[in-house]
Amino acid sequence: MTDMPMEDAPVRGSLTQVDARTKKRNAAEKRFKAYGIGAILIGVAFLIVLAISIVRSGAPAFTHTVMDVEFTVTQEEFDAAEGELFKTKAYSNLFISKLAAQLEEKGLEIEIEEAAIERLLGKVGADIREFYRENPNALGTPQRFELSASSRVDGYFNGRVTRDTLVESRFLMLADLDLVDVLHEAGIIKGAFNWNFITGADSGVDNPGGAGIGASVIGSFFMMLVVLFLSLPIGVAASIYLEEFAPKNRFTDLIEVNISNLAAVPSIVFGILGLAVFIQFMHLPQSAPLVGGLVLTLMTLPTIIISTRASLRAVPPSIRDAALGVGASKMQAVFHHVLPLAMPGILTGTIIGLAQALGETAPLLLIGMVGFVARGYPEGVVAGFTDPNSAMPAQIYTWAARADASFYDKAWGGIIILLIFLLSMNILAIILRRRFERRW
Amino acid sequence: MPLFWLILVVLGMSAIGFVLGRQRALASAGGESRDLHSLPNYYGWNVALKAVVPAFLLLILWLIAQPLYVGSSVSATLPDSAVPEGSTRGLVMAEVRRTAEGLDNAVEQGLLDDDFATNARADFTDVTQRLKDAGQIVTAQITQPVLRAAQSYRVMNASGSFYMMIAVLLIAAAGFFFAVRETNAEFRARNVVENGIRALLIGAASIAILTTIGIVLSLVFNTYEFFTLYPASEFFTNLTWAPSFSGRGGGSDLGIIPLLWGTLYISIVALAVAVPIGLFAAIYLSEYASPKVRAIAKPMLEVLAGIPTIVYGLFALLTVGPLLVSVFGDDGLGWMQSGTAVMTAGLVMGIMLIPFVSSLSDDIINAVPQAMRDGSYGLGATKSETIKQVVLPAALPGIVGAILLAASRAIGETMIVVLGAGAAAKLSLNPFEAMTTVTAKIVSQLTGDADFASPEALVAFALGMSLFIITLGLNVFALYIVRKYREQYE
Repeated sequence: MTDMPMEDAPVRGSLTQVDARTKKRNAAEKRFKAYGIGAILIGVAFLIVLAISIVRSGAPAFTHTVMDVEFTVTQEEFDAAEGELFKTKAYSNLFISKLAAQLEEKGLEIEIEEAAIERLLGKVGADIREFYRENPNALGTPQRFELSASSRVDGYFNGRVTRDTLVESRFLMLADLDLVDVLHEAGIIKGAFNWNFITGADSGVDNPGGAGIGASVIGSFFMMLVVLFLSLPIGVAASIYLEEFAPKNRFTDLIEVNISNLAAVPSIVFGILGLAVFIQFMHLPQSAPLVGGLVLTLMTLPTIIISTRASLRAVPPSIRDAALGVGASKMQAVFHHVLPLAMPGILTGTIIGLAQALGETAPLLLIGMVGFVARGYPEGVVAGFTDPNSAMPAQIYTWAARADASFYDKAWGGIIILLIFLLSMNILAIILRRRFERRW
Repeated sequence: MPLFWLILVVLGMSAIGFVLGRQRALASAGGESRDLHSLPNYYGWNVALKAVVPAFLLLILWLIAQPLYVGSSVSATLPDSAVPEGSTRGLVMAEVRRTAEGLDNAVEQGLLDDDFATNARADFTDVTQRLKDAGQIVTAQITQPVLRAAQSYRVMNASGSFYMMIAVLLIAAAGFFFAVRETNAEFRARNVVENGIRALLIGAASIAILTTIGIVLSLVFNTYEFFTLYPASEFFTNLTWAPSFSGRGGGSDLGIIPLLWGTLYISIVALAVAVPIGLFAAIYLSEYASPKVRAIAKPMLEVLAGIPTIVYGLFALLTVGPLLVSVFGDDGLGWMQSGTAVMTAGLVMGIMLIPFVSSLSDDIINAVPQAMRDGSYGLGATKSETIKQVVLPAALPGIVGAILLAASRAIGETMIVVLGAGAAAKLSLNPFEAMTTVTAKIVSQLTGDADFASPEALVAFALGMSLFIITLGLNVFALYIVRKYREQYE
């Protein structure tokens, strides 16, 4: 090294003092890092806002307002009511008199009109008559009735309907709310858990209160059965061929290209395929879970094949070599040794694929699962596959598309149920992976 | 359900075949399995597979072919006079099918006797009324030719199912006996069975090809039909989208350009949200975050990708839309008329796309060799300078690929735009106006009341075709870029 004339070097401040340019660079560094943190925080914030708005808007679907009354109808009263010309009216009046008596006992007084009761509870007289005609033994003993109130009363309690915004109509008058307040004070009107929402079927456009998601859960269940029993064997078979047997040739390349492209085709295109092939061409029944399952199978297959191939590839070649070394055929090596070892990974991938299929809506719109009002459960197993039904996401869409805002609560509630299913499937997949995954 | 029983019977035969084949092989070797060519189970499998596979193949083919054959031969017997003015043969056939189904159901419920269902004449008895009384859905007055056709449709279907049952059982039995007969100690059962399984595996793998063919054919045929009813030049150049609601054709403007513009605009808004957030998140996760932060933040972002799109759709319609209206609506800035708008759908779709951009970019940034970073640090660059001037330029092609993949997602997304974007097709620059997209119109044209033969319904297939080609092109291009990029650093 030659001598460096030290005094020629430019004076650039000292090490202890940061110059302006370094400050600028450090500030830029900090800013850049802050952008990154900000981006992640925004993403997480979106997630939290989404979760909060789902839970907050969905919770009302799980409660409904009921009128809980206990009263006794004697044999004489029954006979008198049956003897009248307008029987349901007679029962309504009976009910009102019992209600008024109870309110009086509690020291509350209000005029109860028959029309008001009808607006709040629907045709209550008919329900009571029905009950006593079916159970004549109940006459003379106190009976407890839980009558669900109309959806507008629900709205009054969860704040959607207020006294200021109420438009008087044949559905609800301002005076009815006074009655509701009094009954609420007396503990007769109260909130209760809405089991009907979980177990019931859809109710039609005019009755948001009675709508339930149960029937469409069953529809989704049958659809998932079809998806599971078709896509798992086909997906595993296809992956085994591609990963273990396929020679490197044009045909194999064609399959590979097709699979990777199908994985990226928009789901609505699969709906068009289902409409054209399964319904127009093969005349399979519209809105049937069978058709929905077939469409979703074709849609999930690429996902399952891709994850299955990854888990087959993760099994080390030494396993295959050892099996071949002791005289197994290639087929035996795969089916007896590689496949069982890859099974946890395959199942995990399948569950995640199923979860994806469960939430898929767009293809179901095209094969007619929306617009069909699933009013009841299918009768029997075969009917479960072939009779028209709805599915959870399709049902949610149907509710969201209805004009009555009371259905929005139901739609959010349906989303909570859907997400509970998805969450448990994903947790199951994670548990499977944690429990059985082997690292080689 | 005879089909169900047929399947069970064939499966039962193959189960018996398995036992029988195994026993026969063992017996032919005098009970000494070491004298057999293959393991005893392979002889069983040989019989079981030969009984079940050809039979099921025949069953599937028959189930596909029979409705086609019956439909076309019944349609051929319909006289031209049975097709009313302004209607089509396809519509009359739908009526025939409905009538046949109604007759079937009524017979099944015991409301009509079989004799009546096969021989009744519409000009003597009021079949329409009787079917309606039986609780069946009949849309129009049933005329004599339609009833005739429905009756022969029923008869042909019934006899078709009967022949199918016989043919399937015969094939299963033939395979069964053939396989049992060839079973002896010398028979190379394992090779045969393994070849059979191999063929089944190839068949399963080919389903991907079949699906693509199915998609392309169903799009191409219906699009072709659409273009015979509506000129293609109009479809691609017309600047208005205004389908008539009568469903009878005529007077509809079906131009794709406003829909494409809506799709593009919403996708641009979505990408404007997703790309900066996703990219910065990816940079932070791959370059700055400690393993602990990464282990929490990455899955949290990916949850956003696992949420079904219907949830986002509802979120757009009921939460984001009203929120935007309260800021930009008449009470606020006065730019926005209703909750459904380009902005609403774009914003929510952007949220959905964040994890697509961030995960893919994360992988790509991680693939940039460490040596490049070290070189930059050695020259005295700070971390952010290294990222901006070395890592990002190196990763750029891959990131562009990731953005293109996200764009193809955005273009094909349906539920968010169906619920959040509105229904009016407009060529406008205002992001607070309602616009509509290709996917939303596919849904509305195919779920409406228009019949399948009208241009108003068939246009959905032409739209689907355009969508398929655009997304396919984007995907192929994006995958090409990503692959090219990966090769560069391997």
